Amino acid sequence: MNEQVTATNKQAHREEVMTGTPLLELKGISKAFPGVLANDNVDLSIYPGEIHALLGENGAGKSTLVKTMYGLLHADSGELHWNGERIVIANPNAARNLGIGMVFQHFSLFEAMTVRENIALGLEASQSRGDLDTRITEVSKAYGLELDPTRGVHSLSVGERQRIEIVRCLLQNPKLLVMDEPTSVLTPQEVDGLFETLRRLAEVSCSILYISHKLDEIKVLCEHATILRGGKVVAECNPREESARSLAEMMIGSTLKVPVASDKKAGAVKLQVKHLNRPAEDDFAVELKDISFELRAGEVLGIAGVAGNGQAELLQVLSGEVLASTNEAISLHGVPCGKSGIKVRRGHGLTFVPEERLGHGAVPDMSLVDNTILSGYSRQALLNRSFIRYSKARDCAEIICEKFNVKQGGLDSVASSLSGGNLQKFIVGREILQEPEVMIAAQPTWGVDAGSAAAIHQALLSLAEQGTAVLALSQDLDELLTISDRIAVIFHGHLSDAMPVSEVTAESLGLLMGGSQAKHGQTADAA
Amino acid sequence: MLPRLEPRGQASQAMVYLTPFIALFLTVIAGMVMFALLGHPPVKAITTFFLSPLNSGYGIAELFVKATPLIMIAVGLAIGFRANVWNIGAEGQLTLGAIAGSFLPVYFSDSENALMLPAMMLMGIAGGMAWAAIPALLKTRFNANEILTSLMLTYVATLFLSVLVHGPWRDPGGFNFPESVLFADVATLPILLSGTRLHLGALIALFVVLIGWILLARHLIGFQIKVAGFAPAAAEYAGFKRNRVVWLVLLGAGGLAGLAGIIEVSGPIGQLLPSISPGYGFTAIIVAFLGRLHPVGILFAGLVLALSYLGGETVQIEMGLPQGIAGVFQGMLLFFLLATDVLIKYRIRFGQPRVVTAPGT
Repeated sequence: MNEQVTATNKQAHREEVMTGTPLLELKGISKAFPGVLANDNVDLSIYPGEIHALLGENGAGKSTLVKTMYGLLHADSGELHWNGERIVIANPNAARNLGIGMVFQHFSLFEAMTVRENIALGLEASQSRGDLDTRITEVSKAYGLELDPTRGVHSLSVGERQRIEIVRCLLQNPKLLVMDEPTSVLTPQEVDGLFETLRRLAEVSCSILYISHKLDEIKVLCEHATILRGGKVVAECNPREESARSLAEMMIGSTLKVPVASDKKAGAVKLQVKHLNRPAEDDFAVELKDISFELRAGEVLGIAGVAGNGQAELLQVLSGEVLASTNEAISLHGVPCGKSGIKVRRGHGLTFVPEERLGHGAVPDMSLVDNTILSGYSRQALLNRSFIRYSKARDCAEIICEKFNVKQGGLDSVASSLSGGNLQKFIVGREILQEPEVMIAAQPTWGVDAGSAAAIHQALLSLAEQGTAVLALSQDLDELLTISDRIAVIFHGHLSDAMPVSEVTAESLGLLMGGSQAKHGQTADAA
Repeated sequence: MLPRLEPRGQASQAMVYLTPFIALFLTVIAGMVMFALLGHPPVKAITTFFLSPLNSGYGIAELFVKATPLIMIAVGLAIGFRANVWNIGAEGQLTLGAIAGSFLPVYFSDSENALMLPAMMLMGIAGGMAWAAIPALLKTRFNANEILTSLMLTYVATLFLSVLVHGPWRDPGGFNFPESVLFADVATLPILLSGTRLHLGALIALFVVLIGWILLARHLIGFQIKVAGFAPAAAEYAGFKRNRVVWLVLLGAGGLAGLAGIIEVSGPIGQLLPSISPGYGFTAIIVAFLGRLHPVGILFAGLVLALSYLGGETVQIEMGLPQGIAGVFQGMLLFFLLATDVLIKYRIRFGQPRVVTAPGT
């Protein structure tokens, strides 16, 4: 026992803290949903003033566990202790009264209202509203969360919106702040700001439970990590003493393959976008302003950017789901097709992996065979005079699953029954096997487990090696830095020049993503 | 302590096909309770309703006569429902089909041209399509809800029919009754079985079932319709245009309803009357759902609902009960079907959500 305790200083420190009473202690929490045991006898202790990481892949049971803490779900068995006392958290109100605040991954804000109105809506009626402005400003200042209470939410960046959620929590003086994947929508600079805030909070002994699958962040921020896999706690560790790789392997429970890019030469221009403009359709859409770029055979071009800077609008125009205003704005190997729909563009060799897997890239309620037909009916010749050749479609689906290692319960199982990673591998595989000349992938590994992400990255790299031009849009800079040859940044509907990956760093891209001066003499519009 | 609905993880596939039978069973039970409350012997009444109509060959032939329009319309509606297009104005499309198809026999009542009948059928289809094109246009152009537009157009259609048979299309030798001339032989559907009213339309309905089945199961159009219904964004991704699907399913359903309309007037009725359908267009909605939106299921569901019309007539004749009983049974059937469908997806729980028990000590 003693030897273990004194293994390292850090751990010793933690052991010291641990002699106190944990602020919140979960004992043997289990929660089953029909068909899946989301939490299996989970123990977790959070001590006052610590920043505790909860680490796990999608589907590991993180969300279920925090929803239990916040009273949104009720455990089937197990106990919760608050300052050593056994408690029942019946609903989120009870959780807030105890002093648990939660910032969700997806914000619940009214776009058409001001910051103040949004914050007031989240507060209990009993809290006085008269001096709300002063209190917002006070809290904002104290923790470095700059906010103007009078601004409309629709005019704010994602990072600013997150600050509203945090301030909303802080106004209730929480003792424990739960943050669910808070950095997935932030630029690196915004992430630094957030971490500063969290550290200040921890100093005034507010505990923080930080949920993430971004290992680098956890290494920087947290002293203690609990790792969940398949609903069970598989390890507790000090993330600063682990490598990102060892953490990842604890998360996925197997060794990780790192994708390798080989040397290759860019060939002819396959996709050319010239002076593409698209007006905003409504107040919440982003206007595309004079976007131009070239994509050559054999290269991977990455487009970085914080969500909501025109990526969705750009993707729609590139895929052909929305037509461009001029035919010349988009050319596929020299053929102008800005005004041609998605079918024609597929005929020209364009395939596309949308950001949303369920409902866009795949039909949730249809089988894998049907989902193979969805985008492959023309390039895979799955039609015979408009009649569907089901046996051929089935063969195709089988090849996809085999080549891309898609785990499924049979080809007739519906797409929604696959895990996120497996479905993404299926969709990427389906598009790759159509032998595209140009492949557009939006958030190719968003919400996908580390093992599948590596496989998808490798598949995209191999595709480029065979001479396909690959365009990848992502918010994940690490991903783009891994797979891209060149990277451009989209900000407020404006695309920067593409820069060779050797000339950029996460920091320089982060600045561009935040809208500051671009390199290469281009000015990002910061209106 | 209010009961709550709690989602089940996975809907049982077997139950999806069993619920129509459960709903039918519950309808029979509830029907017996209703008869008992009205002071009639429940067992006798229910057998009169469900079994007596089938005692004779004529009765069975009548079953197919009534099922013919129901099945044809329901196949069209079901294909639309699969695409999340809720055309509930089939009654109006049926009426317009009947009117358009009757144009020829009314104005050329002496014709002996053998092409008369095929031409009537085509015009009937065109009439139904034209009526369904209005909601299609309003939906694709102005995003108007097709449930409202198609339903409202039904009343326009029946009033239009009424105007015609009371006015310009009234039979000059018809003693001022609001009826058109009786259709000539070339304008009347051939009878399949002498001594009954069973007509060629029954075979057309079977053919429609077959085509609908192939379309949905094997053809790209059916695939587009299913994808559009399940996931509109995925349909766009696949290159299927939403508006095209809306037009397609509305025109298809309208055409089939129009065909059913002209088959009714050129078959069992033989002339235009102010009322040419006992609500086939609406009952077909129940048929479509009872048949699980599948053409083969609809074939059987059509027979069940046809029986309810016959049962209503029989209890009226034999027991002096109002014919409206048929509508009561149709309503109960839909009610129980929807109720059991809810229970496929949800289970009922009583009391508060389960909470980790034991208070703090």
